[in-house]
Parts: sequence; C-alpha cells; structure tokens
Amino acid sequence: MSAQLERKVDVELPAGPVVAARRPVVRWAMLAVGLVVTLALPWFIYPPVAMDIAAWALFAISVDLLLGYTGLLSFGHAAFWGTSAYTTGLIATHVGVPCPLAVLGGAVAAMVLAVPIGYLSVKRTGIYFAMVTLAFAQMVYFIANQWRSVTGGENGLQGIPKNLGPATDTINADSFYFYYAALPIILLGVFIAWRTVNSPFGRVLVAIRDNPARARALGYDVERYKIMAFVLSAGLAGLAGGVFSISHGFASLQELIWTTSGKVVLITVLGGIGTLWGAVVGAALVVTLEDQLASSGFNGIGIVTGTIFVVIVLAFRHGIWGTARNGLNSWLRRRRTSRDS
Amino acid sequence: MPSDASAPAPGALLQTRELTKEFRGFRAVSDVSLSVAEGTVHALVGPNGAGKTTLFNLLTGFLSPTSGQILFRGEDITGRQPEQIAHLGIARSFQITSLFDQMSAVDHVELALASPTGLGYRFWRSSSQMRQFRDRAMDLLGQVGLADRSGAAAGSLAYGQKRALELALALALDPQLLLLDEPTAGMGLEDVDRTIALVKKVSEGRTVVFVDHNMHVVGSLADTVTVLQSGQVLAEGSYDQVRHDERVVTAYLGQAG
Repeated sequence: MSAQLERKVDVELPAGPVVAARRPVVRWAMLAVGLVVTLALPWFIYPPVAMDIAAWALFAISVDLLLGYTGLLSFGHAAFWGTSAYTTGLIATHVGVPCPLAVLGGAVAAMVLAVPIGYLSVKRTGIYFAMVTLAFAQMVYFIANQWRSVTGGENGLQGIPKNLGPATDTINADSFYFYYAALPIILLGVFIAWRTVNSPFGRVLVAIRDNPARARALGYDVERYKIMAFVLSAGLAGLAGGVFSISHGFASLQELIWTTSGKVVLITVLGGIGTLWGAVVGAALVVTLEDQLASSGFNGIGIVTGTIFVVIVLAFRHGIWGTARNGLNSWLRRRRTSRDS
Repeated sequence: MPSDASAPAPGALLQTRELTKEFRGFRAVSDVSLSVAEGTVHALVGPNGAGKTTLFNLLTGFLSPTSGQILFRGEDITGRQPEQIAHLGIARSFQITSLFDQMSAVDHVELALASPTGLGYRFWRSSSQMRQFRDRAMDLLGQVGLADRSGAAAGSLAYGQKRALELALALALDPQLLLLDEPTAGMGLEDVDRTIALVKKVSEGRTVVFVDHNMHVVGSLADTVTVLQSGQVLAEGSYDQVRHDERVVTAYLGQAG
C-alpha cells in the first residue's frame, strides 16, 4: 500500500532536484567518483592547474549557494576571494603560521567584510543586488590599488611562502604536495556548502528563493537569512581565494577585479546553478580550457569561453550538470515505468 | 459581569483606526476603522477594487499605511514587518495561490511549523531535523484533505488542493487571528462546501477575518460582515442586516448594471 502510494507520488514530481535527491545510492556513487578524481587529479594534470580547478570550484560553489539556492546574483564576489587572497598572503608572509591557518584567517577577513556589504546589499533584489555588490567590490579594488604600503599596489604581494608547518621545508615549494596539503581546506569548504544546502537553513533559503513574500508570511526574516547566506558564501569564497594565493605564491589586483567576479558567475551558470556539482564541472571545464589555450599561445581566451557560455546557456538552460541530471532522471523514470507496466 | 454564553462581547482582538493607504494620490483604503471581536468570524466583502486585499496587506505588514493605526490585542503594530506580525499570531493566506512550487506539500507545512522554533537558522544541522514536525504536518494535511498528496510537489497539485495547502500553512502557525484572502476563489461547489466546513472547524478558539465574493460562503461563516466600497466602509453588521442595507444593494446593483 505504502509502496504503491510512493510510486504514484514519485511519478508526479517534476524533473528536477527532487528526484535525484531521493536516490542515495546515486549520490554516494557520485561522491565516491568525485573524490577519486579529485585525489588523482595532480597525477594527470599539472598540479598547479589541478589546484586552480579546486579553488575555482569552491569559489563557484560559494556563488551557487547564493545564486542557485538563495536566488541572489552577486556580481562582486571577487571582493571576498581577493580580500582573502591578500589577507592570507599577509598572514603567511608576516606571521609565519602554517598556510592552512593563514587561509582560515583570510576566510574570516572575507566574512567580516561581507557583513556590512551583505547588510546593505540584501535590501535590493535582482539586478539591483548585482549592481550594489559590484559597486562594493569596485570599492575594495580601488582601496587595494591605493593602499600600496600593505597591498603592494599594482605589484601585488609577491613571494607568499607555502609554509606547511615545521620540518616540512623540503616540500615547501612542491606544488604536487601542496595540492594534497590544501585539498582538505577545499573539501572542508565543499562540505560546509553541502551541509548548508541540506540543512533546515537550506530549506528556508530555497523557500526564500522561490517565494520571498510567502516565506515572510510564514514568519521567516528574509533579510537576515540572506545576510547569513551572504556571509557564509563569502567565507567559502575566502577559503578558495586563500588557497589560490598560496598556491600561486602571490596575490594581485587580478583577484579583485570585476572580471574575476564575472568569471566565477560564468563558471557557475555554465555548470548549472542550484546543484553544487555544476560549479565543480564548470570550474574544471573553464580552468582547463584557459590553461590549454594559454599554453598554445592563443590570445582570445575570452572569445572562446564567451562563445561556449552563450551556446550552453542557449542550448542547455540548466547548465551542463543540470541538463545531464534531468536527462538521467527522465531516463530512470522511463525505465521504471516500463518495468512497472 | 455578563455571564450568558451567547452574548458576551469579547474585547476587540484587532482594531484599525482611520487606516489609509494612498498610491500616488489614489486612496485604495480610506479612513477604515474596523473592530474585529475576539473569537468571531468577520467577513470583508465589496466589489473588485474596494480595497480588501490592500487592507489585508496593511494588516500583515506587506504594505505600510499612509496614515492610521493598527492595533492587535490593544498593542500598536503599525509598521511592523510581515515576519514579526506572523510571530505575533497573525497568519494569512494569499488571494493568488502563493507556494513553493518544487517543495512537497508536507515540506511546506514542516517549514511553517519550524518557523517559530528558530530551527531554520541551523545551517550545520541535517535537514532531517525537519521531520520532527512530520506528525503534526500530516495531521494538518489530513484536516485540509491533502493526506494522500503529502509527497507531491506543490506545483503539481490541482488548483483546489493548492488552496487547501494555503490553508494548512496558515493553520500551521497556530494563529490567534487567521486572515484568509478569498479562500474559495475558483473552487468547485464541492470544494467550497468542504472549505466552509473546514473554516468553521478551525475558527473554534480563533478569530477569522476573510474576504470572499461568494455570498453563500459569507452567509454560512460570518458573524459580522463589513462591506467596503472604494476603500471605505459602506456598511457593517450581521449578514442579514447587511444584505438588506439599501446602500449595499445600490452598490452591488449599481455595479451589476
């Protein structure tokens, strides 16, 4: 009786996150494959590129938390990525703590910055929210540009050490080992994001995304939830930005410029919003592609990534991951229906 | 002390004093002074554009009045935010069905039940925490006749079922004052009668204010009827009083003609 009921209900669900979410086997299998690929990555591609993919994946996940789960398009996330890149670099250079601690410090700085920015931005919605976040990010950019004594101005921060703790001097410069040292930080960020979207808080965020007025009528303080999501997201962007700057050994204005905010939104939308996995796929695609094009001496990287973006957005409205998942869901459903009848 | 059971006029639970809302010079609600007695069912009727939904939006904080006051249990709540008003014990349903399309019916009700607990802020807990409200949620869905649709996404529900889910959400907040904006709009006869029975049932121990165009619904439910026209109170009284009120008859016939 109850199995019958469940089946009936299942068929009525629309193609979307709900069906995949009901299949723990598929989820665990995906997670296992994802972990294996992540761990094996520096064996197959140049380790700094692998690190870039991981950092950009977490950065894109932080954007997805807002765009895909809260319905907020931040066009100023470079502010948090970059602020953490600089702060992490300063801590690693001047305090001399192991780099994971420096990265945590950078993430905290990003979150502190996100409190006032979030507070002022969430009063706007839609394109206005995007514009306000962009404006704040530009302010951060100009401050970093002017504050030469701390940020190094146009030269940025050079020579950030990869300090992995005492008695590790020999591997300090080795990007292969650094990948494995930094990966736990990235995975911690991914875990926080996963936990958040699968928490009671995540449920409220989705409700706010789909119908903010309704959420308010149910007694949910929409602005407060948005600020919390914004600060959490900034913290994740900060973890990613900190890892990035240590991996490269420098922090530059490139980390704060608006095209960085644009790139991470592009990666997120390309992969498919509201999925977390999409951000990872998008980052792998864009970072690898940029690396390939750059090493082949091609100058018009923006044209290529831009064209791919336009094609994917036009052809697959739900991004790469969203489209693949919807396809898988409808295939599973078809198979199930044909087996039942 | 009056002691007979039928008569005691309980104090006003909700009052408005000369409540006015202007939109660029257009007075959608004009000097409305209402008094809703505790424990009664109060209907707001009037032609389209009479200001009923605007009044609801003012009462629930979705709009702030141009002038005037709103008192709930004698306390001035003018200018409070919708979420604050929800926590005071005023719940509303929406005229145009307003749900989270991808969320299942039972998840809706759980979300409403979790609202006063603060569980929603816990981003570090598993969403399975929401299941602590499952029994109560299923009970509420049963009350509105949605028990067998609990797992269905709201977007896939039939129209009448969506309206029923709206009602379940409002009830989940266990409000002292329940505001229902056209609870039977667009329903078939059978659903209308079921909704009337349901509102009757839930109005025990509660105060209900509702808007409806269906005079059968108004007549069956309302202890008091307030007729609005052009943002102003045209008449007030019991259903039978109002029905025979000359001004009301003129207003409606005038509209019809």
